[in-house]
Amino acid sequence: MPYPAEQNEKFAAYAHPERLVSTGWLAQAIESGATKDGSLVIVESDEDVLLYETGHIPGAVKIDWHTDLNDEVTRDYVDGAAFAKLAGSKGIGRDTTVVIYGDKSNWWAAYALWVFTLFGHEDVRLLDGGRDKWVAEGRSLTTEETDVTAVDYPVVERNDAPIRAFKEDVLAHLGRPLIDVRSPEEYSGARTHMPAYPEEGALRGGHIPTAASIPWAKAAAEDSTYRSRQELENLYLGEAGLKPGDDVIAYCRIGERSSHTWFALKYLLGFDTVRNYDGSWTEWGNAVRVPIVKGSERGSVPAAR
Amino acid sequence: MSTTALPASLAEIVDDFQALEERERLQLLLEFSRSLPELPERLSDHPELLEQVVECQSPLFLTVEVDGDVVRLYFKAPQEAPTTRGFAGVLHEGLDGLSPAEILAVPDDMPEQLGLTRAITPLRMRGMTAMLGRIKRQLAAASAG
Repeated sequence: MPYPAEQNEKFAAYAHPERLVSTGWLAQAIESGATKDGSLVIVESDEDVLLYETGHIPGAVKIDWHTDLNDEVTRDYVDGAAFAKLAGSKGIGRDTTVVIYGDKSNWWAAYALWVFTLFGHEDVRLLDGGRDKWVAEGRSLTTEETDVTAVDYPVVERNDAPIRAFKEDVLAHLGRPLIDVRSPEEYSGARTHMPAYPEEGALRGGHIPTAASIPWAKAAAEDSTYRSRQELENLYLGEAGLKPGDDVIAYCRIGERSSHTWFALKYLLGFDTVRNYDGSWTEWGNAVRVPIVKGSERGSVPAAR
Repeated sequence: MSTTALPASLAEIVDDFQALEERERLQLLLEFSRSLPELPERLSDHPELLEQVVECQSPLFLTVEVDGDVVRLYFKAPQEAPTTRGFAGVLHEGLDGLSPAEILAVPDDMPEQLGLTRAITPLRMRGMTAMLGRIKRQLAAASAG
């Protein structure tokens, strides 16, 4: 049985308020024993592979985006069998309510949520504000190992098409809305990776023709929570020029920051068709005979050749 | 794996990692993150004296001081970045107090020998390789000057 959704004024304005929970709500749910009876599982998903071990929300389990969700040899996400094994081993059943949180304003948490969604996991939510807000509020953390009772998770084949775009999909999509969530310097091509981040080896700098530049962090407030519905509308309908009902693809460098934007467009603003292009700039920037635009202008779709 | 090319202090750490299962290696790295010493005041008050290693996922600053034939290493990394702190902790315990020649002789791919690449992923390991590279570059520059 899904755990009841949180009701509050901020969330109520969003298209799918049931996709977010607040820190206060989660603390109360833990208090009431929700994580003990298996109805709710809290998952921490961070950029830093050891951060969970330094202290985590009581009762939370860890899922690492790299070592748990990616398949080592196929340059793809894990398959249905591997996901079933992973979820089951974390005490997550098909009907379990999963609340995911993480560092860096929930980048990796949103990414993990997106992968859960590839497998059609029904009830998966984000902790608004993530790890940073939980810590800033002085809420409890523990290094105590979480006692997990493994359960059976069914083998469900991944359904990529509704929320995942491949390079060919993006090529066919050119002319329709694209959101580039990287920094302005990455967008213009002045640099090919985030400031202070490892170079992933993109050979060309720039952006996908016609993509609007809306850096992911604009969707987050100072306390790492998502901005209000009105603020998000100003950003994506105003600045980016999206129209309700648009078919949108978001991308970044490797698909993690764009998961944060994907969540905002899909669940907070209610766009039905939003896909995350996880190949993102590391693929597009290097791909043969694929057009890019340099500079800060969106540019136009090149004529077919 | 042969660690004969490494200084004894570093070889011992590599052996400790190698002796463990993959999961336990992460725990050991976490212990190194906890044992990384704080910066002395004269450096913590002067962040401009430290060089940022931009290849690391989290902000990591380091500097090298040479006193005669003894090298002192100083690192600064936030508590929220335990993996980066762990790498710094390994390099501190393994290299601090050695001579410039001994540190310059450490193979550039030494981080690979910890056996963490699979658990940490190659992308994250790059941060540690970059730290070692900066240390050696600073030392080479200091001895040239």
